[in-house]
Amino acid sequence: MRQDVSRKPEPYLSVSDLVVRFPTEDGIVHAVEGVSLSVARGKTLAIVGESGSGKSVTAQAIMGLIDRKAASVSGEVWLDDEELVAMPDDAVRRLRGLKMAMIFQDPMSSLHPFYRVGAQLIEAALVHQSLSKSDARSLAIEMLRRVGIPGPERRVDDYPHQLSGGMRQRVMIAMALINSPALLIADEPTTALDVTVQAQIIELIATLQAASDTAVILITHDLGIVADVADDVVVMYGGRLVEAAPTQRLYYHPEMPYTLGLLTSVPRMDRERADRLDPIPGNPPSAINLPAGCVFFPRCTYSDRVPDGACASRNPDLIATEPGHLVRCHLPSEERRQIANNVLGSLVGGPG
Amino acid sequence: MAGYVVRRVLQMFLLMFLLSIVVFFLFNLLPGDPARLTCGKACTPEIIEANRHRLGLDEPPLTQYVKFVSAIFVGRTFSPDSPAPIICDAPCLGYSFNRHEQVMTLITQAAPVTFWLAIGAFILWITAGISLGIFAALNHGRWPDRLVMTISLIGYSLPAFFLGLLLIFFVIIKWQMLPFPAYVSPFDNPVQFLQTMILPWIVLATLNTAFYMRLTRNQVLETFGDDYVRTARAKGLPERTVVVKHALRAGLTPIVTAAGLDLAVLLGGAIISENIFSLPGLGALAVNSVTDSDLPLIAGITLVTASIIIVANLVVDLLYAVVDPRVRLG
Repeated sequence: MRQDVSRKPEPYLSVSDLVVRFPTEDGIVHAVEGVSLSVARGKTLAIVGESGSGKSVTAQAIMGLIDRKAASVSGEVWLDDEELVAMPDDAVRRLRGLKMAMIFQDPMSSLHPFYRVGAQLIEAALVHQSLSKSDARSLAIEMLRRVGIPGPERRVDDYPHQLSGGMRQRVMIAMALINSPALLIADEPTTALDVTVQAQIIELIATLQAASDTAVILITHDLGIVADVADDVVVMYGGRLVEAAPTQRLYYHPEMPYTLGLLTSVPRMDRERADRLDPIPGNPPSAINLPAGCVFFPRCTYSDRVPDGACASRNPDLIATEPGHLVRCHLPSEERRQIANNVLGSLVGGPG
Repeated sequence: MAGYVVRRVLQMFLLMFLLSIVVFFLFNLLPGDPARLTCGKACTPEIIEANRHRLGLDEPPLTQYVKFVSAIFVGRTFSPDSPAPIICDAPCLGYSFNRHEQVMTLITQAAPVTFWLAIGAFILWITAGISLGIFAALNHGRWPDRLVMTISLIGYSLPAFFLGLLLIFFVIIKWQMLPFPAYVSPFDNPVQFLQTMILPWIVLATLNTAFYMRLTRNQVLETFGDDYVRTARAKGLPERTVVVKHALRAGLTPIVTAAGLDLAVLLGGAIISENIFSLPGLGALAVNSVTDSDLPLIAGITLVTASIIIVANLVVDLLYAVVDPRVRLG
């Protein structure tokens, strides 16, 4: 697949037109439909969306963790200068943990309960590096120290169940970074943790990222975290990318009604209790029978402003409204901005 | 770990103590007169009363129980004041008046047969069940999986007595591939031992193999979906390491528990298989003791087989603690 060296993309990771479909007895599950995204070293890309939007499947497809016997994966995933989708499983396996690593949502269950923390770290190092056992152990202790685990010389011999949730996530981060990968994918890394620990973990990831110029993909539904650390944001809905923009741009000038809905779903403590939440009506679409038109159409409150019922019949294309700002919506650009201004203006201005 | 072991061992002794009470009261104090059972048809009330006195059955229940238990540790002499006292040696579980033999002697004669029967079948079913179960799990949803599951279903639905008779009819009678079963110790005549035991092993292992294929397959499939297996893959470990070191290690652990207890149950005697193949093991002895209403023997066998299960339970729990640090360090 690498006939043309000149098309080597500049970002460290570049995904284009990624499609993941799972055939099931009820029909084909369209988990990911034509997602394109990229992230450069030292940068953080946030993938935002509600449960079932396809964000975790996208991450697992990038990592090559989708069982190809159970799913069809197509599109291109360029990591550094290698294309992963067409690569044999074992070749992708050799890159996992070495050039790209991943941490998961639930640190309670993501570590093997039967092996010591140190053994699991050492194992991760020894797959990709030729080290002596004692060097690998020193490296494991060093990594535990870097992720801020106190007394790493003792903790290295602990079993996962002897650590708190936050400590376990730190261990997961240490394990993911032990081979200094250039890409780290964090799939909802703080969702299962106490609120007080969440900020620490996000800060830790950011610090380690800055130290080694790592590209980070942060999957989350917490827009507060996104605003803190992400350089760019892509919003996914129903397996499709519906909006992508630099973080500031997305927060101040969102255009897709779904993004707008996400932003207004954050509780507002400056409002009366009954007005604090503005939930998006309806439920996410079933990934088996995607609507013929726009995936968000059934829940969209602005679709009546689009002539000819285009929202119901035709899936809008992902179009650049500004350089670097992509939107998938049938509404005319001016109309979208006006809606956003009204909605966000009422937020900023508060009541009255 | 040490505290855990001590606690578990103490629990075991408590359980054994309760077991001895239950067995004693079940068999010695239930309706049905043990003294009446000590002599045949030509019994007179005088003989029954004399026997009752000789066996100590006229004493208060508590005294009887103390003698019953102390006999296990120091032995016992029945009717010491008569001209022909019956001596029962140290681990004395009672005396069978039907067979004029110490219960312990009868059990130790039968135990090796059952032991070899159970161990052989155990090895067979563990090897076949676990390997086929893993094989099915690795081929989940494809034809090898379906084939193994079909075999398992057939194994499930073959009753031991039917399979046993089938094997005897074809293998021994029709095709004459094996001689008629006659038990010998493996140390005396290993060839005849194997010839005798192979069919009982198969019969006894069939049901458990079917069960363990299913159990192993489901356990392994379950762990394949676990988060730490995904973590192992994300590390870039070779698939083989992911399966063997991460998925199987966790998935097979609960099987240790099931296997230990199933083996213990078999060690208490395999009634049907022993009868079909006329193996003089604990199962056959138990059946005979019941048909003869040989109360001391029934009580002895019950005590021994229940103890085996209690001990096996302890061993299994300790093994589990060795394997799973969450139990050990909990």
